[in-house]
Amino acid sequence: MRALNRKAIRDLWHIRGQAFAIVLVMSSGVGTFVMSLNTLHSLRLSRETYYERYRFADIFSRVKRAPLSLAPRVAALPGVARAQPRIVVDVTLDVPGMAEPAIGRLISIPPYRVPILNDLHLRRGRWIDPHRPGEVLVSEAFATSHQLRMGDSVSAVINGRRQRLTVVGVALSPEYIIQIHGANLLPDDRRFGVFWMGYDQLAAAFDMDGAFNDITLTLVPSANGRAVMDRLDELLKPYGSRGASDREEHVSHRYISDEIRQLRSMGLIAPTIFFSVAVFLLNVVLTRLVSVQREQVAALKAFGYTRLQIGLHYLKMVVLIAVCGAVLGTVTGSFLGRSLTHIYTRFYRFPVFGFEWSAPVMATALAVSLLAAVAGTLAAVRRAVRLPPAEAMRPEPPAVYRPSVLDRSRLSGLLPQAARMIVRELERKPIKAAMSCLGIALAIAILILGSFTLDSINHIIDFQFHLSQRQDLIVSFVEPQTGRAVHELTHLPGVVRAEPIRSAPTRFHFGHRTRRVGVLGIRPDGRLYRLLNANQKLVPLPRDGLLLSSKLAELLDVRPGELVTVEVLEGEQPVRQVPVAALITEYGGTNAYMDERALHRLLREGNHLTGAFLSVEADRMDELYRALKKTPHVSGVTIKEASVRSFRDTIADNLGKIRFFNVMFATVIACGVVYNSARISLAERSRDLATLRVIGFTRAEISAILLGELAVLTLAAIPVGLVMGYLFAAWAVLGLDTEVYRIPLIIGRSTYGFAVAVVLVAAAVSGLIVRQRLDHLDLIAVLKTRE
Amino acid sequence: MEENPSARFPEREIVFRARGVNKVYHVGEVDVHALRGVDLDLRAGEFLVLLGPSGSGKSTLLNILGGLDVPTSGKVSYLDHELTAFDDAALTRFRREHVGFVFQFYNLIPSLTARENVALITEIARDPMDPREALRLVGLADRMDHFPSQLSGGEQQRIAIARAIAKRPDVLLCDEPTGALDVHTGVVVLEAIERINRELRTTTAVITHNSVIGNMADRVVHLSDGRVTHVAENGRKATASELIW
Repeated sequence: MRALNRKAIRDLWHIRGQAFAIVLVMSSGVGTFVMSLNTLHSLRLSRETYYERYRFADIFSRVKRAPLSLAPRVAALPGVARAQPRIVVDVTLDVPGMAEPAIGRLISIPPYRVPILNDLHLRRGRWIDPHRPGEVLVSEAFATSHQLRMGDSVSAVINGRRQRLTVVGVALSPEYIIQIHGANLLPDDRRFGVFWMGYDQLAAAFDMDGAFNDITLTLVPSANGRAVMDRLDELLKPYGSRGASDREEHVSHRYISDEIRQLRSMGLIAPTIFFSVAVFLLNVVLTRLVSVQREQVAALKAFGYTRLQIGLHYLKMVVLIAVCGAVLGTVTGSFLGRSLTHIYTRFYRFPVFGFEWSAPVMATALAVSLLAAVAGTLAAVRRAVRLPPAEAMRPEPPAVYRPSVLDRSRLSGLLPQAARMIVRELERKPIKAAMSCLGIALAIAILILGSFTLDSINHIIDFQFHLSQRQDLIVSFVEPQTGRAVHELTHLPGVVRAEPIRSAPTRFHFGHRTRRVGVLGIRPDGRLYRLLNANQKLVPLPRDGLLLSSKLAELLDVRPGELVTVEVLEGEQPVRQVPVAALITEYGGTNAYMDERALHRLLREGNHLTGAFLSVEADRMDELYRALKKTPHVSGVTIKEASVRSFRDTIADNLGKIRFFNVMFATVIACGVVYNSARISLAERSRDLATLRVIGFTRAEISAILLGELAVLTLAAIPVGLVMGYLFAAWAVLGLDTEVYRIPLIIGRSTYGFAVAVVLVAAAVSGLIVRQRLDHLDLIAVLKTRE
Repeated sequence: MEENPSARFPEREIVFRARGVNKVYHVGEVDVHALRGVDLDLRAGEFLVLLGPSGSGKSTLLNILGGLDVPTSGKVSYLDHELTAFDDAALTRFRREHVGFVFQFYNLIPSLTARENVALITEIARDPMDPREALRLVGLADRMDHFPSQLSGGEQQRIAIARAIAKRPDVLLCDEPTGALDVHTGVVVLEAIERINRELRTTTAVITHNSVIGNMADRVVHLSDGRVTHVAENGRKATASELIW
């Protein structure tokens, strides 16, 4: 079959422009697939390796205070491989060069370097010297953020006293790949750092000699995590345990898991779209090719080539295009994947870099490309080879035209001939026109999908940080304080208003579902933290019930009016049934709120407060910071402005990258579809258009007919694309809905405008290219050919 | 009405036998009755011309004989095979093994050279000639590596003839082979066909509307409006070079 193969190759070369457009679209699909999934694979591998090498724990638990002698009993629990007791405390930090206070988490480590759970990777410097006071290892993110060098020091407010911490080493830990403090959504490496300090010194500072307040465990392979956690809770209950948690509830671990999940989505959604477009284009091009080669097919059949042989001949061309697209996409995707993995590795500061080409991913990409290409064109090829040779050799009957809808209307006399020709042509092949239109609409939709998140983010910031949270600072106390402490805060410089907070760790039970929840008790008449529903209306705090964020209600499958069993995880650990009064809207976290006084009643305590909301005069912030750094019972300060900024920075950065890729992809698709439609239209109509030129139509007039058709399709695609874009965005919002945060569906006008603009430009450029060819139409040659 | 077909070559066996062949086909929205009850025999090695004006059903008849098309009703057999009972696969095999076609518009593959166009056929034939041999037979060995776009109409048609005979078919069917050519080139093409019929003894049927060409045939079958009007035998066959139109 060598001669037939040569025909295939030469025919492909003849339509190389269109074939290349399809290869580009297909390689975009394969590229995103390979890039995302290879990165996913590598990220997983890197994380797993990191966790394993540095013994990241499986179970975590906090207590108020327990003797070290308890640790062996924990280790002896069935299912436990190893247990590591330690001291973990949050303190206020005074960092040179920064006005506002930062929060430092101090974690105890053995005086000499031995393998421990959640082990440290020393990036720079050395281990602490137990004989020298105040030596610490600091997390790399914090160190980089403040450009700390070996020997630099930071002041910590420990138990009311300022203590100097000297940095002797920079470390990484699998426990703090991402450093997020408290209920924040995003890391703030400037204002939250992790420090590791010798056990003895830390114990002495916090009166914890011979004791621990934190313990982590690793499990034996066959262990039942849940069972171990229950036993651990039992054992630690007398020591003020707040309930054990596992990796799934670990902030850093979950952050990365969410990221991995999103990579997976991207690795599946984008390629699906691209493949669909590529297959559509292949179908159009091949249908056209086979139709043009009608007589050649007939001759081949006349000479005894079977349908199968002829069909395979055309499918070979399809396969060749698919393979080129797959190979190009795989190569590009692999390189991009490597870069992306690098970026992630740097961002997460993995001490291990494991980029691995995943053979199954590459194989799948190739297989799917081939399958999609063949499946999409099979029908067209079959139709062509089925045609009886005698019929195929007869010239195609003139295309069936009917008076179009325009002709039948009263407008027909008003419009120029060109317009009528355009409308008739579109009506003649409505399905083909619809598919081209759909392709262009898809490009618009993709652009909207890639850009709308900015609008949503702006809405979140507006809602969460301006409408709902009116405070400037949130202050946390080392130990619960009385109302007087809160009142005293109002005397600090710049403080306009202070409202108390009582936060309590609990576990909610509803039906068979259970969840750790932080309950926040606030003043019902408070002005600094307002709970809003989806319509941005204030939801009043009930006297005795709970307000839940709608995400939490969804996770527990509970509705307003129903009773939730609240198990308090501290103090006397009472268990009570509390009604859910209403739901509020929150875009981050899964929180529950109560009237502060109701919470006191629930906890069977007096006026114990764990923190306060402050509103502050803008120009006295620095003064206040200085004062807060000196206030002994304050353990941490969360600054809203900083949260907003870090939110914007992190998210905006990601979005910028995503938007760039989306614009690129959408342009490829738009150009691919428009260019192909244009070229095929040109080929089909050359004869007619040449005839018009001979009659006396100008170049401009025949351009109008050909490009007019494309213009109509593009314009018709706009409303369809806008609707599709909205639907895609809605779909994406569902996909981005995680426990940590969710995004509302908000699309701004400029987003729609941008999408339309890009596609119009792409269409115009393609149109111009085709116009070039039209201008150089060889009239005589075209008229001589039979088709 | 036909004369006794065995009169001229009583010893030659009947290769094709058509009885009561009707063909109706649909073009766009129109029905065309191409053949109405045609009876015809073709004998081994003879040179037959099917003559008639356009629309008389000549091409349709040829296509049916060659297994490119199936009649709406009637029977056609080749030797002892009943073609009308064949399915598509069997017809394809039949064409591959026994029939060579030459079409009015050459139907060469434009993206292949002359030699490759012939090779296309020899690659699936059981006992083919070398493509170069076939091209030599039609006098175009020196144009082997040219593409159809680089060849004149007559040359293209001769390539088509080379392609048709390269597989040593039992039957050569030519549909208006000179229809698109000028007189001189037409004669050259007819000479090639004549040579093949003579030297390879291939049963040959040529369709034309040009009655002069009928002079080089053994028999001329006249068709009009889908029916055989009469069959004439030529006492003396003219050579192609003697034809003038």
